[in-house]
Amino acid sequence: MEFLISEPQSFLNFIRQPWHWSVSGIAIAGILFLMTWMGRSFGLSTAFKNFCNIAGAGKKYEFFNFDLKNEYWRLVFIAGAIGGGFIASTFLSSPEAVAISDATISHLENDFGISYPQGGGFLPESLFNFGNPLGVIISIVGGFLVGFGARYGDGCTSGHAISGLSHLQLPSLITVIGFFIGGLTMTWIIMPLIFG
Amino acid sequence: MRLISYFTVGILFGIVMTKSEAISWFRIHEMFRFESFHMYGIIGTAVVLGAVIIWAMKRFKVKTLRDTFVDYTPMKLSVPRHLIAGSIFGLGWAIMGACPGPMFVMLGHGFGIFALVLLGATLGTFTYGVIKDKLIH
Repeated sequence: MEFLISEPQSFLNFIRQPWHWSVSGIAIAGILFLMTWMGRSFGLSTAFKNFCNIAGAGKKYEFFNFDLKNEYWRLVFIAGAIGGGFIASTFLSSPEAVAISDATISHLENDFGISYPQGGGFLPESLFNFGNPLGVIISIVGGFLVGFGARYGDGCTSGHAISGLSHLQLPSLITVIGFFIGGLTMTWIIMPLIFG
Repeated sequence: MRLISYFTVGILFGIVMTKSEAISWFRIHEMFRFESFHMYGIIGTAVVLGAVIIWAMKRFKVKTLRDTFVDYTPMKLSVPRHLIAGSIFGLGWAIMGACPGPMFVMLGHGFGIFALVLLGATLGTFTYGVIKDKLIH
Protein backbone atom coordinates (compact mmCIF):
# COMPACT_ATOMS: atom_id res chain seq x y z
CA MET A 1 0.00 0.00 0.00
CA GLU A 2 3.02 2.28 0.37
CA PHE A 3 2.96 3.22 -3.31
CA LEU A 4 -0.32 5.04 -2.67
CA ILE A 5 1.51 7.70 -0.69
CA SER A 6 4.85 7.77 -2.45
CA GLU A 7 3.36 7.97 -5.92
CA PRO A 8 0.29 10.22 -6.14
CA GLN A 9 -0.24 9.24 -9.79
CA SER A 10 -0.54 5.59 -8.79
CA PHE A 11 -3.05 6.60 -6.15
CA LEU A 12 -5.18 8.33 -8.79
CA ASN A 13 -5.00 5.27 -11.01
CA PHE A 14 -5.90 3.13 -8.01
CA ILE A 15 -9.12 5.17 -7.55
CA ARG A 16 -9.78 5.33 -11.30
CA GLN A 17 -10.19 1.61 -11.84
CA PRO A 18 -13.77 0.30 -11.71
CA TRP A 19 -14.78 -0.44 -8.11
CA HIS A 20 -15.93 -3.84 -6.95
CA TRP A 21 -19.51 -3.72 -5.60
CA SER A 22 -18.35 -4.51 -2.07
CA VAL A 23 -15.97 -1.52 -2.10
CA SER A 24 -18.85 0.72 -3.25
CA GLY A 25 -21.15 -0.67 -0.57
CA ILE A 26 -18.55 -0.01 2.13
CA ALA A 27 -18.01 3.53 0.80
CA ILE A 28 -21.77 4.27 0.90
CA ALA A 29 -21.97 2.94 4.47
CA GLY A 30 -19.06 5.31 5.21
CA ILE A 31 -21.09 8.27 3.90
CA LEU A 32 -24.07 7.13 6.02
CA PHE A 33 -21.73 7.06 9.04
CA LEU A 34 -20.38 10.56 8.32
CA MET A 35 -23.86 12.04 7.91
CA THR A 36 -25.12 10.31 11.07
CA TRP A 37 -22.05 11.41 13.01
CA MET A 38 -22.64 14.98 11.85
CA GLY A 39 -26.12 14.64 13.32
CA ARG A 40 -27.98 14.72 10.03
CA SER A 41 -30.26 12.37 8.18
CA PHE A 42 -29.03 10.86 4.92
CA GLY A 43 -31.81 12.13 2.68
CA LEU A 44 -31.53 13.76 -0.71
CA SER A 45 -35.10 14.15 -1.97
CA THR A 46 -36.00 16.81 0.62
CA ALA A 47 -33.90 19.15 -1.56
CA PHE A 48 -36.86 19.39 -3.98
CA LYS A 49 -39.05 20.57 -1.11
CA ASN A 50 -36.42 23.23 -0.42
CA PHE A 51 -36.53 24.32 -4.08
CA CYS A 52 -40.32 24.76 -3.80
CA ASN A 53 -39.75 26.89 -0.70
CA ILE A 54 -37.17 28.99 -2.52
CA ALA A 55 -39.59 29.46 -5.42
CA GLY A 56 -42.10 30.91 -2.95
CA ALA A 57 -44.56 27.99 -2.66
CA GLY A 58 -44.59 28.50 1.13
CA LYS A 59 -46.69 31.64 0.79
CA LYS A 60 -49.65 29.66 -0.46
CA TYR A 61 -49.08 26.12 0.84
CA GLU A 62 -48.32 25.30 4.46
CA PHE A 63 -46.31 22.20 3.42
CA PHE A 64 -43.62 24.40 1.88
CA ASN A 65 -43.68 27.00 4.64
CA PHE A 66 -40.61 26.46 6.82
CA ASP A 67 -37.40 28.22 7.77
CA LEU A 68 -34.92 27.48 4.99
CA LYS A 69 -32.01 28.27 7.34
CA ASN A 70 -32.35 24.80 8.89
CA GLU A 71 -31.88 23.30 5.44
CA TYR A 72 -28.76 25.18 4.33
CA TRP A 73 -26.62 22.15 5.19
CA ARG A 74 -28.59 20.00 2.72
CA LEU A 75 -28.31 22.55 -0.08
CA VAL A 76 -24.56 22.76 0.52
CA PHE A 77 -24.34 18.95 0.52
CA ILE A 78 -26.12 18.89 -2.85
CA ALA A 79 -23.78 21.52 -4.28
CA GLY A 80 -20.98 19.20 -3.17
CA ALA A 81 -22.64 16.24 -4.91
CA ILE A 82 -22.70 18.19 -8.19
CA GLY A 83 -19.04 19.12 -7.63
CA GLY A 84 -18.21 15.50 -6.83
CA GLY A 85 -19.81 14.41 -10.10
CA PHE A 86 -17.71 16.94 -11.96
CA ILE A 87 -14.49 15.88 -10.21
CA ALA A 88 -15.21 12.20 -10.74
CA SER A 89 -15.99 12.57 -14.44
CA THR A 90 -13.03 14.88 -15.08
CA PHE A 91 -10.26 13.25 -13.04
CA LEU A 92 -11.39 9.87 -11.77
CA SER A 93 -13.25 8.16 -14.58
CA SER A 94 -12.07 4.72 -15.54
CA PRO A 95 -10.77 4.31 -19.11
CA GLU A 96 -13.45 1.74 -19.98
CA ALA A 97 -17.22 2.23 -20.06
CA VAL A 98 -19.36 0.83 -17.24
CA ALA A 99 -19.27 -2.94 -17.66
CA ILE A 100 -22.91 -4.00 -17.69
CA SER A 101 -23.89 -7.58 -18.48
CA ASP A 102 -23.98 -8.95 -22.02
CA ALA A 103 -27.61 -9.99 -21.55
CA THR A 104 -28.63 -6.37 -20.86
CA ILE A 105 -26.54 -5.07 -23.77
CA SER A 106 -28.14 -7.41 -26.28
CA HIS A 107 -31.63 -6.81 -24.91
CA LEU A 108 -31.22 -3.03 -25.24
CA GLU A 109 -29.77 -3.35 -28.73
CA ASN A 110 -32.28 -5.86 -30.10
CA ASP A 111 -35.50 -4.94 -28.31
CA PHE A 112 -35.16 -1.22 -27.61
CA GLY A 113 -32.72 -0.09 -30.32
CA ILE A 114 -30.43 1.46 -27.70
CA SER A 115 -26.77 0.87 -28.51
CA TYR A 116 -24.08 0.41 -25.88
CA PRO A 117 -21.89 2.01 -24.67
CA GLN A 118 -22.95 5.64 -24.74
CA GLY A 119 -22.11 8.47 -22.35
CA GLY A 120 -19.32 6.42 -20.80
CA GLY A 121 -21.85 3.71 -20.01
CA PHE A 122 -23.73 6.16 -17.78
CA LEU A 123 -26.49 7.41 -20.05
CA PRO A 124 -28.00 6.52 -23.45
CA GLU A 125 -27.43 9.98 -24.90
CA SER A 126 -29.15 9.07 -28.17
CA LEU A 127 -32.37 9.07 -26.13
CA PHE A 128 -31.56 11.63 -23.43
CA ASN A 129 -30.71 14.78 -25.36
CA PHE A 130 -32.54 18.05 -25.88
CA GLY A 131 -33.14 17.24 -29.56
CA ASN A 132 -35.09 14.06 -28.85
CA PRO A 133 -38.73 14.85 -27.89
CA LEU A 134 -39.22 11.39 -26.37
CA GLY A 135 -36.11 11.83 -24.20
CA VAL A 136 -37.25 15.29 -23.10
CA ILE A 137 -40.68 13.94 -22.10
CA ILE A 138 -39.17 10.96 -20.26
CA SER A 139 -36.79 13.27 -18.37
CA ILE A 140 -39.56 15.54 -17.14
CA VAL A 141 -42.18 12.84 -16.48
CA GLY A 142 -39.62 10.46 -14.92
CA GLY A 143 -38.35 13.26 -12.69
CA PHE A 144 -41.93 14.19 -11.79
CA LEU A 145 -42.79 10.62 -10.71
CA VAL A 146 -39.63 10.34 -8.59
CA GLY A 147 -40.22 13.76 -6.97
CA PHE A 148 -43.88 13.02 -6.27
CA GLY A 149 -43.30 9.46 -5.03
CA ALA A 150 -40.37 10.45 -2.81
CA ARG A 151 -42.38 13.13 -1.03
CA TYR A 152 -45.52 10.99 -0.75
CA GLY A 153 -43.47 8.16 0.79
CA ASP A 154 -41.38 10.66 2.76
CA GLY A 155 -38.03 9.48 1.42
CA CYS A 156 -36.06 8.19 -1.54
CA THR A 157 -33.33 5.60 -2.01
CA SER A 158 -30.91 7.23 0.43
CA GLY A 159 -33.55 7.90 3.08
CA HIS A 160 -35.44 4.59 2.87
CA ALA A 161 -33.26 1.94 1.17
CA ILE A 162 -29.97 2.91 2.87
CA SER A 163 -30.77 4.95 6.01
CA GLY A 164 -34.22 3.57 6.85
CA LEU A 165 -33.26 -0.07 6.38
CA SER A 166 -30.08 0.48 8.42
CA HIS A 167 -32.35 1.73 11.22
CA LEU A 168 -34.47 -1.45 10.69
CA GLN A 169 -37.62 0.53 9.85
CA LEU A 170 -40.58 -1.47 8.52
CA PRO A 171 -42.12 1.49 6.58
CA SER A 172 -38.81 1.77 4.72
CA LEU A 173 -38.88 -1.92 3.78
CA ILE A 174 -42.42 -1.52 2.42
CA THR A 175 -41.36 1.56 0.47
CA VAL A 176 -38.43 -0.36 -1.06
CA ILE A 177 -40.84 -3.16 -2.07
CA GLY A 178 -42.88 -0.40 -3.72
CA PHE A 179 -39.76 0.83 -5.59
CA PHE A 180 -39.53 -2.64 -7.11
CA ILE A 181 -43.25 -2.97 -7.92
CA GLY A 182 -43.03 0.30 -9.87
CA GLY A 183 -39.58 -0.40 -11.32
CA LEU A 184 -40.42 -3.90 -12.54
CA THR A 185 -43.73 -2.72 -14.03
CA MET A 186 -41.89 0.00 -15.94
CA THR A 187 -38.99 -2.20 -17.07
CA TRP A 188 -40.96 -5.29 -18.11
CA ILE A 189 -44.35 -3.92 -19.22
CA ILE A 190 -44.31 -0.18 -20.02
CA MET A 191 -40.84 0.26 -21.53
CA PRO A 192 -41.36 -2.55 -24.09
CA LEU A 193 -44.55 -0.71 -25.16
CA ILE A 194 -42.65 2.56 -25.57
CA PHE A 195 -39.46 1.27 -27.20
CA GLY A 196 -40.62 -2.07 -28.64
CA MET B 1 -16.99 25.93 8.89
CA ARG B 2 -19.82 23.44 9.38
CA LEU B 3 -21.06 24.13 5.88
CA ILE B 4 -17.65 23.34 4.41
CA SER B 5 -17.76 19.89 5.97
CA TYR B 6 -21.19 19.22 4.41
CA PHE B 7 -19.79 20.38 1.08
CA THR B 8 -16.87 17.98 1.48
CA VAL B 9 -19.09 15.01 2.31
CA GLY B 10 -21.24 15.99 -0.69
CA ILE B 11 -18.18 15.80 -2.92
CA LEU B 12 -17.34 12.38 -1.50
CA PHE B 13 -20.94 11.33 -2.16
CA GLY B 14 -20.69 12.44 -5.80
CA ILE B 15 -17.44 10.51 -6.28
CA VAL B 16 -18.78 7.37 -4.58
CA MET B 17 -22.03 7.47 -6.59
CA THR B 18 -19.96 7.72 -9.77
CA LYS B 19 -17.43 5.02 -8.95
CA SER B 20 -20.15 2.68 -7.67
CA GLU B 21 -21.85 3.21 -11.07
CA ALA B 22 -25.17 3.58 -9.20
CA ILE B 23 -25.78 6.73 -11.27
CA SER B 24 -25.68 4.74 -14.53
CA TRP B 25 -28.97 4.46 -16.40
CA PHE B 26 -27.67 1.15 -17.77
CA ARG B 27 -26.95 -0.23 -14.28
CA ILE B 28 -30.49 0.58 -13.10
CA HIS B 29 -32.01 -1.08 -16.17
CA GLU B 30 -29.79 -4.13 -15.63
CA MET B 31 -30.84 -4.26 -11.96
CA PHE B 32 -34.56 -4.29 -12.76
CA ARG B 33 -33.91 -7.04 -15.32
CA PHE B 34 -32.02 -9.11 -12.70
CA GLU B 35 -29.13 -9.51 -15.11
CA SER B 36 -26.33 -8.59 -12.71
CA PHE B 37 -25.62 -8.79 -9.01
CA HIS B 38 -23.77 -5.44 -9.03
CA MET B 39 -26.49 -3.10 -7.65
CA TYR B 40 -27.82 -5.71 -5.20
CA GLY B 41 -24.28 -6.24 -3.92
CA ILE B 42 -23.82 -2.50 -3.37
CA ILE B 43 -27.13 -1.93 -1.59
CA GLY B 44 -26.83 -5.18 0.40
CA THR B 45 -23.31 -4.36 1.60
CA ALA B 46 -24.26 -0.77 2.46
CA VAL B 47 -27.37 -1.80 4.42
CA VAL B 48 -25.75 -4.64 6.40
CA LEU B 49 -22.71 -2.55 7.26
CA GLY B 50 -24.93 0.51 7.85
CA ALA B 51 -27.13 -1.46 10.27
CA VAL B 52 -24.06 -2.54 12.24
CA ILE B 53 -22.71 1.03 12.35
CA ILE B 54 -26.06 2.50 13.45
CA TRP B 55 -26.51 -0.24 16.05
CA ALA B 56 -23.03 0.39 17.45
CA MET B 57 -23.54 4.17 17.53
CA LYS B 58 -26.78 3.71 19.48
CA ARG B 59 -25.39 0.96 21.72
CA PHE B 60 -22.31 2.95 22.73
CA LYS B 61 -24.27 6.22 22.89
CA VAL B 62 -22.04 8.05 20.44
CA LYS B 63 -22.60 11.81 20.57
CA THR B 64 -22.98 13.45 17.18
CA LEU B 65 -21.18 16.68 16.29
CA ARG B 66 -24.45 18.50 17.02
CA ASP B 67 -24.45 17.14 20.58
CA THR B 68 -27.35 14.77 19.98
CA PHE B 69 -27.62 10.99 20.21
CA VAL B 70 -28.21 8.84 17.15
CA ASP B 71 -31.95 8.58 16.80
CA TYR B 72 -34.59 7.95 14.18
CA THR B 73 -38.09 9.37 14.34
CA PRO B 74 -40.22 6.37 13.37
CA MET B 75 -42.62 6.94 10.53
CA LYS B 76 -46.25 5.99 10.96
CA LEU B 77 -46.71 2.59 9.34
CA SER B 78 -49.17 2.77 6.46
CA VAL B 79 -48.85 -0.11 4.03
CA PRO B 80 -50.98 1.36 1.21
CA ARG B 81 -49.27 4.75 1.44
CA HIS B 82 -45.75 3.36 1.29
CA LEU B 83 -46.57 0.80 -1.39
CA ILE B 84 -48.27 3.38 -3.63
CA ALA B 85 -45.64 6.06 -3.03
CA GLY B 86 -42.80 3.58 -3.59
CA SER B 87 -44.40 2.30 -6.80
CA ILE B 88 -44.79 5.81 -8.23
CA PHE B 89 -41.14 6.48 -7.38
CA GLY B 90 -40.09 3.16 -8.95
CA LEU B 91 -41.91 3.90 -12.23
CA GLY B 92 -39.92 7.11 -12.62
CA TRP B 93 -36.63 5.64 -11.40
CA ALA B 94 -36.75 2.75 -13.89
CA ILE B 95 -37.38 4.79 -17.03
CA MET B 96 -35.26 7.86 -16.30
CA GLY B 97 -32.58 5.87 -14.49
CA ALA B 98 -31.71 8.13 -11.56
CA CYS B 99 -32.97 8.53 -8.03
CA PRO B 100 -32.64 11.98 -6.40
CA GLY B 101 -28.96 11.84 -5.33
CA PRO B 102 -27.67 10.66 -8.73
CA MET B 103 -29.73 13.37 -10.52
CA PHE B 104 -27.40 15.98 -9.02
CA VAL B 105 -24.28 13.90 -9.65
CA MET B 106 -25.27 13.37 -13.31
CA LEU B 107 -25.70 17.12 -13.70
CA GLY B 108 -22.16 17.48 -12.36
CA HIS B 109 -21.01 15.03 -15.03
CA GLY B 110 -22.21 17.54 -17.59
CA PHE B 111 -25.36 15.69 -18.70
CA GLY B 112 -27.36 18.90 -19.12
CA ILE B 113 -30.69 17.16 -19.65
CA PHE B 114 -30.71 16.41 -15.93
CA ALA B 115 -31.70 20.06 -15.43
CA LEU B 116 -35.06 18.96 -16.89
CA VAL B 117 -35.14 15.89 -14.64
CA LEU B 118 -34.56 18.10 -11.58
CA LEU B 119 -37.25 20.49 -12.78
CA GLY B 120 -39.65 17.56 -13.15
CA ALA B 121 -38.79 16.29 -9.67
CA THR B 122 -39.42 19.73 -8.15
CA LEU B 123 -42.76 19.97 -9.96
CA GLY B 124 -43.65 16.47 -8.68
CA THR B 125 -42.81 17.52 -5.13
CA PHE B 126 -44.85 20.70 -5.54
CA THR B 127 -47.83 18.72 -6.87
CA TYR B 128 -47.64 16.44 -3.82
CA GLY B 129 -47.69 19.46 -1.51
CA VAL B 130 -50.78 20.80 -3.28
CA ILE B 131 -52.86 17.60 -3.33
CA LYS B 132 -51.50 15.78 -0.28
CA ASP B 133 -54.69 16.09 1.78
CA LYS B 134 -56.57 14.10 -0.86
CA LEU B 135 -54.15 11.13 -0.68
CA ILE B 136 -54.16 8.07 1.61
CA HIS B 137 -51.64 8.50 4.42
